[in-house]
Amino acid sequence: MTDTQRSQGLHLGVIALLAAAFFILPTYHVGNLSRIMVLAIYAIGYNFLFGYTGLLSLGHALFFAAGMYGLGLSMELFDLSAAPALIVGLASALVVSAVIGFLALRTSGVSFMIVTLMFAQAGYLTILYFGSYTRGDEGFVIPQADRAMFGFDLSNDTTRYFAALLLFSICFLAVARLVQSPFGRTLIAIRENEERARMLGYNTVSHKLKAVIISGTISGLAGAAYALLFGYAGATFATVQYSIFPLLWVLLGGAGTTIGPLIGVIFMFYLIDLSSSITSAYMLIAGVVLVLLTLFAPQGLAGELRKRVFKWMP
Amino acid sequence: MVTKPETKFTRRGVLKTLAAGTGAIVATSALPGLSGFAQAQSSAPIKIGFQVHRTGIGAAYGRWYNRTTVAAVKRINDMGGINGRPVELVAEDDGTDPKRGAEVIEKFATQHNCDIAFGTLFSHVVYGSAPRAGELKLPYFVVSEGHHVASGKLNRYTLQPGITDVKSQVQAMAPFISNNLGKKVTMIFPDFAFGHDHRDFFTAAIEAQGGQVVESIAIPPTETSFSKYFPRIPRETEVIYHVMVGPAVLTFVKELGEFFGPNSPEIFGFIDSLEAVDLNSPGLEFLDGTYFWEGNPRHAQADQSSHDAAYRAAVGVDDSGASLEDAQDVSTYSHMFGCWETLNVIKRGMETANYQGPADRQKLIEAVEAMSDMPLSDDHPQGAKRFNGKTHQTFGHQYISKVSDGKLVVEHTTSIEDGLYPDEVDYTTQSF
Repeated sequence: MTDTQRSQGLHLGVIALLAAAFFILPTYHVGNLSRIMVLAIYAIGYNFLFGYTGLLSLGHALFFAAGMYGLGLSMELFDLSAAPALIVGLASALVVSAVIGFLALRTSGVSFMIVTLMFAQAGYLTILYFGSYTRGDEGFVIPQADRAMFGFDLSNDTTRYFAALLLFSICFLAVARLVQSPFGRTLIAIRENEERARMLGYNTVSHKLKAVIISGTISGLAGAAYALLFGYAGATFATVQYSIFPLLWVLLGGAGTTIGPLIGVIFMFYLIDLSSSITSAYMLIAGVVLVLLTLFAPQGLAGELRKRVFKWMP
Repeated sequence: MVTKPETKFTRRGVLKTLAAGTGAIVATSALPGLSGFAQAQSSAPIKIGFQVHRTGIGAAYGRWYNRTTVAAVKRINDMGGINGRPVELVAEDDGTDPKRGAEVIEKFATQHNCDIAFGTLFSHVVYGSAPRAGELKLPYFVVSEGHHVASGKLNRYTLQPGITDVKSQVQAMAPFISNNLGKKVTMIFPDFAFGHDHRDFFTAAIEAQGGQVVESIAIPPTETSFSKYFPRIPRETEVIYHVMVGPAVLTFVKELGEFFGPNSPEIFGFIDSLEAVDLNSPGLEFLDGTYFWEGNPRHAQADQSSHDAAYRAAVGVDDSGASLEDAQDVSTYSHMFGCWETLNVIKRGMETANYQGPADRQKLIEAVEAMSDMPLSDDHPQGAKRFNGKTHQTFGHQYISKVSDGKLVVEHTTSIEDGLYPDEVDYTTQSF
């Protein structure tokens, strides 16, 4: 069996496992997995830029929020139905990421982190400033009756789960394919040594801009999907905290691995969920576990697996 | 009304088919999430999922909401529980975060098998959680004071029977301000939804009283210094209305005092700014002689009711509104009574509906919707209430207090009628 076949087997296996989980797991965990898959889309988007291109953004909440508000506001203010609103959400994230990418890629390294952080903060304050439309920090509910697409009620547990699985699978497989394409290989080359890639004749700025746009649009899809599937859009999702989350998920799961984002989200979700039922100081537990993982598994869970056991892992 | 599309393919349906076909019913029913509430015994506790701000920006409120809730549940259990069954609290931290809030609601419904969900103050957590409560058909009793419930933005499963909403509170203040403090008002408020609610509702209310807002000063939420905003206060201002919240409020008051010195206009604020803050803190001297809205008077008044005294003792609050164990630990007295009163409404609703288990959730909601007047009593120590079953919102008395030597002394109590406004929704027309 070739490495490519193994990779494909792994990806399809993960999707099959998630589909089977719906029938096997108790209701509570099924609900959690719906949410985890949507957040994993966000982490996949982040991983594309950070794990494969080597650009550490601290402003991805802006792209997540662009998708969320693109969808939410078009439904709230213009009465669009779910399908066109989802397209508006995606388009919003695409435009915002293109503009931010164009401006922020004039910097690199720490400056890139700071510039993306500042843009995201500006985005958050913009949402508050236009509170008459966005309802600011309070946010707004997307009515249950409007959350339907192609005849499916997306507020129903079953359809929500499979809608999340469908979106997750598309992003998961597409990114897995993309990072193994010549374009993806070039991004990895840029991550490893940008000067060398440029010397070899690649337009690294153009590649990085495309990476920001793809990453931002996938993140925006996650934001739009969250609003659509869970019925709420709010400025909290544009705060810096929601820019840090995908970084943590990807670092824990394994940056530059295809299954790392999903593993990272599952790990963090249940770390918080389980430790919060033990103590109110659960963030302390989470912090200690994160420090330990960083010390003893610096490449993240999937990264360590790839390093020690499955060297073929994509 | 939009009809919700039916989904024929349900998880439970699939499970049933599989189980019947293969004889796997034994295996599937052993799974904890699938067993439902079928094994519930009539003597089993009524489980109330308590969504609490243990961490995040609402933690100070959460601490006192928790104490009040624990005290109220103890009292209910001491009186024999609900329908002869003890009440069990299942508390989960929502992190004052809407995403976590929704997850907690889901946990109450599908893991803890709670009968209802209850609690939480911050509006964005309510907004984030209410859709899930509606989808899970879990009655969700909030103690938030937001206008979200009565505005019609939520759903039939979300109710606010224990605390008046901000629109009503603000509206009830306008006559007192207009008649006693002045008609030309400058508003200073945080530039987010809570502040915007005050701006919009008060502007309309004071105009109805023949007054006007001469300037609205929105302060960005990230601001830490306020002096630069004060020159925008017009000279004609007779009253300053402030609703600043968050850790910067001490700086705000100090800088306002330095700006005006001894010759300030009348000053009226919402105590939300200073909940859990000792009025004798350094820098707050300037507040002496100013007025505050209070949801429930923090300091025991000369005419304190026996109901307030009993409530204070049960929760563990002294006459100055601080913890009996630590005088520095000041309560959120203007809001936390809502937990006490809401739990008593839940008790009454469950008793009226003869609530036995989750199958009776709709009957519980209908029983609460049928409620109206709630007299001042040990169940309602803050004051009488009038619940509007159509809007799922209660209305009550509000208190206007003057700071005098570091103590809040009630100057005026509004009537329930002062805070009434036309219905914006009729939830009873929505199907379950």
